[in-house]
Amino acid sequence: MSQSTVDPASFTCPAPLKPTERIVLGHGSGGRLSAELLRDVFLPLFSNPVLDRLDDQAIVEIGGVRVAFTTDSFVVKPLFFPGGDIGSLAVHGTVNDLAMGGAKPVFLSAGFILEEGFPTADLRRIAASMARAASAAGVAIVTGDTKVVEKGKGDGLFMNTTGIGIVPEGVRLSANRARPGDRVILSGSIGDHGIAILAQREGLEFETEIVSDSAALHGLVQAMLAASLDVSAETSGAIRCLRDPTRGGLSSTLNEIAAQSLVSIQIEEAAIPVHDQVRGACELLGLDPLYVANEGKLVAIVAPEAADCILAAMRRDPLGADAAVIGTVGGTIGNRRAGTVTMKSVFGSTRIVDLLAGDQLPRIC
Amino acid sequence: MKYVDEYRDPQIALGIAQCIASRVTRPWVLMEVCGGQTHTLMRYGMEELLPKEVELVHGPGCPVCVTPLEMVDRAIRIASLPDVTFTSYGDMLRVPGSDSDLLQVKARGGDVRVVYSPMDAVNLARAHPDRRVAFFGVGFETTAPANAMAVWQARRMGLKNFSMLVSHVLVPPAMSLILSSPSNRVQGFIGPGHVCTVMGLEEYDDLASEFHVPIVVGGFEPVDLLEAILMLVAQLEEGRAEVENQYTRSVSYEGNPPAQRIMREVFEVSDRKWRGIGSIAESGLRLREEFAQFDAERVFDVEGLSAEEPKECISALVLQGLKKPVDCSAFGTRCTPMHPLGAPMVSTEGACAAYHQYRRHTAYVTVDC
Amino acid sequence: MCLAVPGRVVSMEGSDPAFFAGCVDFCGVRKTISFAFTPEVVPGDFVLVHVGFALTRVDQEEAARTYAYLAQIGALREEGLAPEEAPADIGATP
Repeated sequence: MSQSTVDPASFTCPAPLKPTERIVLGHGSGGRLSAELLRDVFLPLFSNPVLDRLDDQAIVEIGGVRVAFTTDSFVVKPLFFPGGDIGSLAVHGTVNDLAMGGAKPVFLSAGFILEEGFPTADLRRIAASMARAASAAGVAIVTGDTKVVEKGKGDGLFMNTTGIGIVPEGVRLSANRARPGDRVILSGSIGDHGIAILAQREGLEFETEIVSDSAALHGLVQAMLAASLDVSAETSGAIRCLRDPTRGGLSSTLNEIAAQSLVSIQIEEAAIPVHDQVRGACELLGLDPLYVANEGKLVAIVAPEAADCILAAMRRDPLGADAAVIGTVGGTIGNRRAGTVTMKSVFGSTRIVDLLAGDQLPRIC
Repeated sequence: MKYVDEYRDPQIALGIAQCIASRVTRPWVLMEVCGGQTHTLMRYGMEELLPKEVELVHGPGCPVCVTPLEMVDRAIRIASLPDVTFTSYGDMLRVPGSDSDLLQVKARGGDVRVVYSPMDAVNLARAHPDRRVAFFGVGFETTAPANAMAVWQARRMGLKNFSMLVSHVLVPPAMSLILSSPSNRVQGFIGPGHVCTVMGLEEYDDLASEFHVPIVVGGFEPVDLLEAILMLVAQLEEGRAEVENQYTRSVSYEGNPPAQRIMREVFEVSDRKWRGIGSIAESGLRLREEFAQFDAERVFDVEGLSAEEPKECISALVLQGLKKPVDCSAFGTRCTPMHPLGAPMVSTEGACAAYHQYRRHTAYVTVDC
Repeated sequence: MCLAVPGRVVSMEGSDPAFFAGCVDFCGVRKTISFAFTPEVVPGDFVLVHVGFALTRVDQEEAARTYAYLAQIGALREEGLAPEEAPADIGATP
């Protein structure tokens, strides 16, 4: 066996990564790069007290009424997938962002950017899907816009929906309200939507199809708010915060809450529901379900005395049947810094659940 | 999931950990070479389960991290060409070259795509004869058969627009380097389970006897690694220095003959530069002369492209197991997965990145609360 | 570059050994995989798959044998007993 004469003392290192002067895909992933883009480009110029809270929705007061206001854009490919399409996704996504503020969603707008050559039949299908989703969610699409761009400039269809809802008196939900001792509740299995999409793209087949969990959550939220009033008659303060873990997955959501509330969060691996087939797909592709997008799930931070009651209410709702307490909010003493999310493995050891830099890249190693 | 879940069973894992604790009588330093094994150790926090006498240090088993700087620069140069579709495994896209990376090439309009298998790249070439398709062939011996087969099939199909940028590295020369170093602390190795699935165990016999060091070839699940550690500790306590196989459901002494045959037919052993370490003789693979038309370095005339590696970090010491990532003053501050200074922070398999992602809380002062 | 996942062979086709491929099931997820390096597999076998190629047949007999032994360690632990030292027949020397 040949021996090398390399001198370890002379080993060197590669060059540091220079800051990017262009947008990369990771900037849209919901992870650290997205957060940096907000922080470095938008917040300095747009800053105001409402925006700076960085909740899923903005809650503003107009004439004594608290109005929730949110916008979301949809660039999903493929446009049609098991469990939905870009249209139903666009309705559910914005309805959910409103619902996470405790609002009852009432009105939506719909903006379409179409590429020249896009099949009208597909557009009809998408519009029909939106109409069904909006009707089921009890919202009206009251205004919209359509633009067409030249062939090659638009990748089929891009959409935007903006929504308005009314926040009832006394409901105050925000990502900065979590406190040590609070419980972390997850409404159901993670990874379904992201894997349903990826499976289509990667040409994976399934014995039983993996279906996106895209759904409107405001009914579930109403049930939870009602249950929390039972616990504490004063306000619905028992629920501190609601978030839907979309792009960036459960990890991004928990990291955001921990950072904004200046707390730590500990979760238990064994408590997190993941469907077998989603697990199989993640193993095969080298992905971690914690970072995969969901479109019909929510995370709730609730006061410990209210956890059982709210969990029971969730389980009575079809969209919360698999709801589970997955962890606890902790303080920031010692090796638990503010904004740290850790997970206890089935072995009892602890690991950090980090905020991803950009898109999760499939592992080969 | 069969053959996965059973090897993550907590009772069994903790039981083996207890066996290790009762077996060990003095400190031992063990190294796992393979990045996939590093990943498992970090992800499950397995250091917490082991007695303090057993110290795990992490070797250069991340082929992404050790891909030389000039190879990344060559990939970037090729990917930037307008008629090229550049394909790669996901891990390589974020690796920084001298002043860019493949993700940025994509952002500037380059056709850079992540593929799951080298055959996906071959099929792309077949489907798009107007594009030149290049594949970034990085990896240890585990991935070499697939890459060899891709080139072989491309030739069979008579493809004129497919090429591979080959940067394969071999495990035994890296282990030899570490063991030859005067400051080496490693007393036992967890051998690379999937590399050995392909290559068998013969090369490791030579290492074990030359350096009198025990090598236990291990799998990738927590129970596999704990069992391998137990077997290593048993050997060390008894003064043995043999090659043993923990991963018997996958590894045999002779390895996989058809896989080895295709590797020999398409590749030959060559000297290879390892990023952060330097050139190691006969430590890599390159395409044989008769497959020259599939060699992306020649097709795109980038062989001459070389790069300067500036100095700063202690990655070499980490790769050798002489330092832990947390020993580095830049760890988590100037050097993070977002802004890596060194090779082990680049890929999710690298020791520093794995530490940063899963275990950096152990670097902070612990206060009971 | 070592992420290899075990799956069950469902079907296979192709007479040319280099292009021998088939369907492998991973916990309900199915993918087409090449069997160029494992020509001896039959449906029902388990294989370890890496980047679209089966690298080896999982030796189920060997796995069952060593697993039975590992399970004992787990059971002992559950009962609160710890073996005093590593059992003699652990692992298999080549």
